[in-house]
Amino acid sequence: MSPEINLEEQFQARIDAGEKIEPKDWMPEKYRKTHIRQISQHAHSEIVGMLPEGNWITRAPSLRRKVGLLAKVQDEAGHGLYLYSAAETLGISRDQMFDQLHKGKAKYSSIFNYPTLSWADIGAIGWLVDGAAIINQVMLTRTSFGPYARAMVRICKEESFHQRQGYEIMLGLAKGTLEQKEMAQDALNRFWWPSLMMFGPRDAESPNTEQSVKWKIKRKTNDELRQQFIDITVPQAEYLGLTIPDPDLKWNEERGHYDFGEIDWNEFWQVVKGNGPCNKERLGARVNAWEEGAWVRDAAMAYSAKNKTQNSKVSKTA
Amino acid sequence: MNKNEWPIFEIFIRSKNGLEHRHVGSLHAADAVMAMENARDVYTRRQEGVSIWVVASKDITASNPENGGELFEPAEDKIYRHPTFYELPIELKHI
Ligand SMILES: [Fe+2]
Ligand SMILES: [Fe+2]
Ligand SMILES: [Fe+2]
Repeated sequence: MSPEINLEEQFQARIDAGEKIEPKDWMPEKYRKTHIRQISQHAHSEIVGMLPEGNWITRAPSLRRKVGLLAKVQDEAGHGLYLYSAAETLGISRDQMFDQLHKGKAKYSSIFNYPTLSWADIGAIGWLVDGAAIINQVMLTRTSFGPYARAMVRICKEESFHQRQGYEIMLGLAKGTLEQKEMAQDALNRFWWPSLMMFGPRDAESPNTEQSVKWKIKRKTNDELRQQFIDITVPQAEYLGLTIPDPDLKWNEERGHYDFGEIDWNEFWQVVKGNGPCNKERLGARVNAWEEGAWVRDAAMAYSAKNKTQNSKVSKTA
Repeated sequence: MNKNEWPIFEIFIRSKNGLEHRHVGSLHAADAVMAMENARDVYTRRQEGVSIWVVASKDITASNPENGGELFEPAEDKIYRHPTFYELPIELKHI
């Protein structure tokens, strides 16, 4: 038996025993690579996700709504930071990750390639998009890689308010004038299916799932998480008096779950491949922010270098 | 001050994989290698840890308690950062 196989078996045994893997532990190269990809893409999703919501901060309808949204978007920047730091423990640098994002080599969640056309979209995003993210992230608090799991614990603590502020917006609109209710319904119509797509392709089309479950990167499959989200969300939509845009949606007594209609997978893959309504705009905004911010980063480093040389001069003369 | 006084190191211990390193105390050592050996002897004699970080104390910049106001007071009135600020009906589940 080669020592490599032995290591892999030992590694799997540790995972099976529910142990956490820490950055300096031996790990299969594929485990490392998979995590770098997954954590960095999760980080990218957090910061690209600031863009559609940031779009409405200056136009929030009241101060209450404005401070809530501002605080939420601020949290998302923090989530990006926690996750980039977790990925850095695996030996990739921050700049490398940004480079992959900016060159279109790294993905981020497709949901953020949809536009936010009305204020109600901010409600729908908090309720549905953060709601879907919470389901995924709660699962990830138990993931096998320590730094990722710990970042998730922090993030989940903060997410609850995101979803509640979103639902409160939806509630206000749904109980408002006819026009406001129509806005809320329209936002639900546009965000429902993309939210279901957030859980990724069906299990049958998701070749990495088996390995991810074995390594306890994922503790539930895409289809299981999607079903969980639907079961939780349908009663919340009913409470709002809104209609989920799926004629096939109905409670299945036997299964104890909601049955639902077919997702438009063609649309899903189109958006993943870069042809969604806002892919270019989102990436353009990120690249622009990076390039326009270059002089600030450089100036800060120059200032730090200058202080260092001055301090060493002082300590030499002292 | 004695120029040959050993510098102080802050010691962080991870009690088990999955948990973060936590500050447990400090010790003097001539360099980081010695700090590591001493930390092993001082802080993990009863299997308190599976991983140690030693950090030279001079490399830690600590906030000044006198600045507590300007640092931490601004968060006091930002109640909208908490889930309970948002008024949702109690009959609503999973939110
Ligand atoms: Fe998010
Ligand atoms: Fe987030
Ligand atoms: Fe969020």
